[in-house]
Amino acid sequence: MIKILTKIDGINSVLENNNLLEIEFEKNNIIKIFNELKDSTDFNFNQLLDITAVDYPSREFRFDLIYILQSLTKNKKIILKTFIKENEKIESISNIHKSADWYERECYDLFGIEFINHPDLRRIMTDYNFEGYPLRKDFPLTGHTEVRYDDLEKKVIYEPVKLTQEFRNFDSESPWEGMENKLFGDEKSTGEN
Amino acid sequence: MKEVELNTTTINFGPQHPAAHGVLRLVVELEGEVVKRAEPHIGLLHRGTEKLIEYKTYLQAVPYFDRLDYVSPMCQEHAFALATENLLGINIPDRAKYIRVIFAEITRILNHLLNIPAYAADIGAVTPFLWCFEEREKLLEFHEAVSGARFHAAYFRPGGVHQDMPEGMEEKLFEHFKTLPKFIDDLESLLTNNRILRQRSVDIGIISKSEAIEWGCSGPVLRSAGIAWDLRRSQPYDAYDQVDFEVPVGKKGDCFDRYLVRIEEMRQSISIINQCLNKIKPGPISIEDNKITPPKRNQMKKSMEALIHHFKLFTEGYRVPAGQVYSAVEAPKGEFGVYLVSDGSSKPYRCKIRAPGFAHLQTLDHLSKGHLMADIAAILGSLDIVFGEIDR
Repeated sequence: MIKILTKIDGINSVLENNNLLEIEFEKNNIIKIFNELKDSTDFNFNQLLDITAVDYPSREFRFDLIYILQSLTKNKKIILKTFIKENEKIESISNIHKSADWYERECYDLFGIEFINHPDLRRIMTDYNFEGYPLRKDFPLTGHTEVRYDDLEKKVIYEPVKLTQEFRNFDSESPWEGMENKLFGDEKSTGEN
Repeated sequence: MKEVELNTTTINFGPQHPAAHGVLRLVVELEGEVVKRAEPHIGLLHRGTEKLIEYKTYLQAVPYFDRLDYVSPMCQEHAFALATENLLGINIPDRAKYIRVIFAEITRILNHLLNIPAYAADIGAVTPFLWCFEEREKLLEFHEAVSGARFHAAYFRPGGVHQDMPEGMEEKLFEHFKTLPKFIDDLESLLTNNRILRQRSVDIGIISKSEAIEWGCSGPVLRSAGIAWDLRRSQPYDAYDQVDFEVPVGKKGDCFDRYLVRIEEMRQSISIINQCLNKIKPGPISIEDNKITPPKRNQMKKSMEALIHHFKLFTEGYRVPAGQVYSAVEAPKGEFGVYLVSDGSSKPYRCKIRAPGFAHLQTLDHLSKGHLMADIAAILGSLDIVFGEIDR
């Protein structure tokens, strides 16, 4: 299967890992590739299981966009991956796989990736009138706003998050490794002095 | 220009409605009593689980999985444990595999024992609800016996299971599953040939084979359409390749078929559990590498090394080699998958949860078109919707 997969236009590499095929493809060829994967009897990847993204803020191509496909007849799962920049758009595949509709909406909601020709690209998970893209790495875990019921106004109101204790992100990975300042008494351990 | 009068009513269903199975808001467009369009608004239970997991170690992430689909907690831990083990490249001992299969199947029965009566209650039958809750309580006692908690077990952990089953548990399980088939027969005598249930569910919400695949359906919804697809059979994990079971399929893919498939799945689960109880042997219940699983309590009292391992595991956690993996299990509701990306540190870089209910709810508009408003409750019930996993 790997051999025929690499022959498709726009597929850059195919890797086999734990009985799972990982494929990198060119985002301009997305429609052609997904049509081929779905219709060709060699593959028959007719079930789209999920669409998701991974954020790497330091890279030029910021997002890994991940598609997970399954073939029920060939009993095989593949992961397709492409790289896109922050404000780049990508063609929607909701015409090919119906289930892509909500998956793409979720991706748009949580990462801010826009899909061209999507029938109904709205937010899905977050609150009405929510701002920001929560799963991006630069979005704080605590969020920006909090809600409470106001007894005077008789409605739920939005306020900036107030924390009674500062948010602590514990980095417990070997705190003593890579420490540069010498502590008092450290010289004894190396035998100096 | 000809004027067309639109004679539709738009109503709002939920988010607080007993038939919505949680916090579903539906905007339904009706023509008379016939549904033209049903648009689900979800996310009212969104807690940002995926984001939270990025800030926790692999072990700390386990309890979040109990809280996704809170009706079948252990199956979801299973998917996460498999994904992590896959990245770590470890193979767990046989006893742990069997214990996992036993409890995954108990969880499946638990789930169906909630879904079937809840579905029946939606369309008019109240008694099964009371019966099944009593039966569920008995099964939850087994959960409690091994993990200390009825629901939020955190029992399946990367590397095996948390602790061994208490002494005499195997006999108790064996005794209990002798009586359960009788209960399922009784339940069926109330429901299967019931005239009201049949009138309300036969030919309601039909999904065809090709549509079921197209919409990403899995589990009982896909099987009811007539496709014998079960991850336990086609891509076996843990000890599922050691047991023999049948995959029930439906003919039409309507609500009634989905109900029947679930009933039969419970019977198959009992058979799987009995086979596992016959095959299970004493032995270790988690891998004996203290870099991943904590040392025994009594070792910690004597050995300095064990104490250090314990401290490191519960502060830093274990580091997982960089890579990506997608692991899926056949959860009671369908294919529950975890896509895990590791950057080599002790916290997941990204953890995407693939919830079966998300794909199923998406089909609601398609399934309810042309049916009556009252059928929406039946369709929702038969799809087995739980918002913990859909909204994540």
